[in-house]
Amino acid sequence: MSEITGQESGQPEMRSDMTGAKALWATLAAHGVSTVFGYPGGAIMPVYDALTYYPEVRHILARHEQGAIHAAEGWAKATGEIGVCIATSGPGATNLVTGLADAMMDNVPLLAITGNVARHLMGTDAFQEADITGITLPITKHNYVVTDPDMLPTIIAEAIRIARSGRPGPVLVDIPKDVQLAVFKGELAAPHAKPEPVAPRPEALEAALALLKTARKPVLMVGGGSQGASKEITEFARAWQIPTITTLMGLGAFPASDPLWLGMPGMHGSVAANHAISQSDVLVGFGLRFDDRVTGRVKDFAPNAQIIHIDLDAAEIGKIVRAHLPVKSDAALAAVAMTADAVPFDLPEWQAQLDDWKTRGEHPTTWGAAQAVRQVVARLKPDDILTTDVGQHQMLAAQLARFEKPRRWLTSGGLGTMGFGFPAGLGAAMAEPGVVSMVIAGDGGFQMTAQELATLTKYDIRNVKICIINNSYLGMVRQWQELFHEKRYSEVYLGDSNPDFIKLADAYNIRGWRADNSADLESAIDAWLAHDGSALLEVVVPNEHGVFPMVPAGAALYEMIESEPVKVPTTEAGK
Amino acid sequence: MTAPIPDHLVSALVRDEPRVLTRITSLFGRRGYNIKSLSVGTTEVPGVSRMTFVVSGDRGVVEQAMKQLDKLHDVIKIIDHSLEKFVDRELVLVKVRVKDSEARVEVRQMAEDFRARIVDVGRHALTFEVTGDEGKITAFTEQMRPFGILETMRTGRIALTRGSNADIPSHVYHGGESQGLEPVIPTAPREEKAREVNNLF
Ligand SMILES: Cc1ncc(C[n+]2csc(CCOP(=O)(O)OP(=O)(O)O)c2C)c(N)n1
Repeated sequence: MSEITGQESGQPEMRSDMTGAKALWATLAAHGVSTVFGYPGGAIMPVYDALTYYPEVRHILARHEQGAIHAAEGWAKATGEIGVCIATSGPGATNLVTGLADAMMDNVPLLAITGNVARHLMGTDAFQEADITGITLPITKHNYVVTDPDMLPTIIAEAIRIARSGRPGPVLVDIPKDVQLAVFKGELAAPHAKPEPVAPRPEALEAALALLKTARKPVLMVGGGSQGASKEITEFARAWQIPTITTLMGLGAFPASDPLWLGMPGMHGSVAANHAISQSDVLVGFGLRFDDRVTGRVKDFAPNAQIIHIDLDAAEIGKIVRAHLPVKSDAALAAVAMTADAVPFDLPEWQAQLDDWKTRGEHPTTWGAAQAVRQVVARLKPDDILTTDVGQHQMLAAQLARFEKPRRWLTSGGLGTMGFGFPAGLGAAMAEPGVVSMVIAGDGGFQMTAQELATLTKYDIRNVKICIINNSYLGMVRQWQELFHEKRYSEVYLGDSNPDFIKLADAYNIRGWRADNSADLESAIDAWLAHDGSALLEVVVPNEHGVFPMVPAGAALYEMIESEPVKVPTTEAGK
Repeated sequence: MTAPIPDHLVSALVRDEPRVLTRITSLFGRRGYNIKSLSVGTTEVPGVSRMTFVVSGDRGVVEQAMKQLDKLHDVIKIIDHSLEKFVDRELVLVKVRVKDSEARVEVRQMAEDFRARIVDVGRHALTFEVTGDEGKITAFTEQMRPFGILETMRTGRIALTRGSNADIPSHVYHGGESQGLEPVIPTAPREEKAREVNNLF
């Protein structure tokens, strides 16, 4: 835990000898960036040297650039503010690629800074040169190579503006080493003002409201683009009394305790949500993009509904699903405008139908992954953050956790990035040291970024509670093999070679608990949460359970399998 | 018989930045839009280039392409030529074989009818410059084909809106949203495309 950073060695008063690298830190500081996640290397060394002059910016040294960028994503997803990560050229930069693609898909405001070889060496296949702007062109909102040191602050300010504006996303700024070292003679740049949100056009709104009024089976679908408009959308839903569905990315944007809430739609959505969509006559979508995991067979998605699609990004409207009434707007502004003259629905038949669906598709209470996740997430308080990795445990957590507030549920939705959960939870924990940052991961995905246990220890991060649901398999792939590949369990067994997760944590000075049944789990959770400091909980569960309800690939939402088919016990295959 | 896939003419004003062309073509490639031609040049405004694309696909695909383009930081605005009257031109160089003096006379005569200029004279070939719209150029090459076309190069179509820019609000250079992209008309769904999405992990 000894923190030997170079931060004492630089003298703030020496900032007057401005270099490109110092101008970078000065600009970040002026933008209120308090924490960055990174990993040094040759081509970024001047930036790391200049860091010592800027103690107001805290640098978190990860153990892998992927860990650093997911941590920056976790920070950004929890706070809504920009996350910043830094890497060196070549391999450092390419290690950021997964995180950039993830942030692009899930609209995470992110600034990635990479070093590169000196300008005169660019394009010569110099040591550790990689064309990172070329590589990341389709997975960033925009990217830059800084060729003029004096432009650095202007570019950083613009990059931050782009990352945060409209649909947020990642922006990469590649800085050649000699630009970092150059004497800086330019002007420092002040932050851009937040752009005015896009207001809905009155005609579009009027038409939308007129259509909504005709509804007899209305449904509201709230997506990830609503995380910043939770209050306004909740008021809208309540004023109209519209049954509300939150997508995987929208969880928390509408409070789960509200009787209007129907759960999550899609492949592992609730019976109520999927049937409500299929039967609805008017569907209002806020800030969502009708991902194929949400729609099932697109042709039969909401077959009876007129769709009002409200989104900031015109390109999303009509991209997958026909929008009968497209409204291009900021979600909050549209919600407010649509709340003013609300006439609450009173539709007893529709309500009775929904209430019936709500009782279906319950998870088993017998011991297994679902029960384990249920017990663990039950301990979350409304302000706590839940982060997951990708797989069965992720879908179970999405189905079973109950969120009352936005930005408390951090998951990799669009890209489905294994290895995301733990470092993202770590980043969120640093942003909000006062809450519990719970991470649920599979035994597979946790091992993709497990090295960040060292980061917990190094910075004495005390509020990360990691729960590994250990089913000895790449569970989600196993489930598909069971259902769609006639149980040919090809390359999914981990149980013969998983580490002892408790010992692994211990090796990093982190306490761990293990449980393999419901009663033990309860007491293990008590100890795990009560422990003063970050801790790990391994829950050993049977491996044959699947996640249900499930809409098979290519099926319509209403063709979902509601619960796990009864199984004839089989011999352990695939080991 | 399936209906021919229609062509759409779209122009874009873009920042003259490194890789702007790569960004745009990568977007087209990644999303599977079909560019038939693309031409780029500088404009009267320093730092601003103009591109004209011919995109083939149904209206829904082209609208999607325009909206995706409009999101790129380097794209200043998109001009959908189907919304306004426009002029378009393409320049083509065509090298035609002339096997004997008889053919030479015939080829020259025909070229004159098209107002094609001779830009190079060889012993066995004449190179013509033809300017015009799509129809004229197709007609010209068809007429020349029997003689033997040795080489052609086309600039791709370029287009400008008719009338004075000053009274067309969408033609004033600005950094904001492009006009005409507000999705007020129900846009055609891309169900066919979407249905093909593989359900892999
Ligand atoms: C980086 C990456 N590689 C592969 C996959 C494909 N994949 C999706 S879920 C899954 C299994 C995850 O297994 P585990 O982490 O043990 O979680 P479980 O499903 O068992 O809960 C895999 C391999 C992925 N999503 N991300």
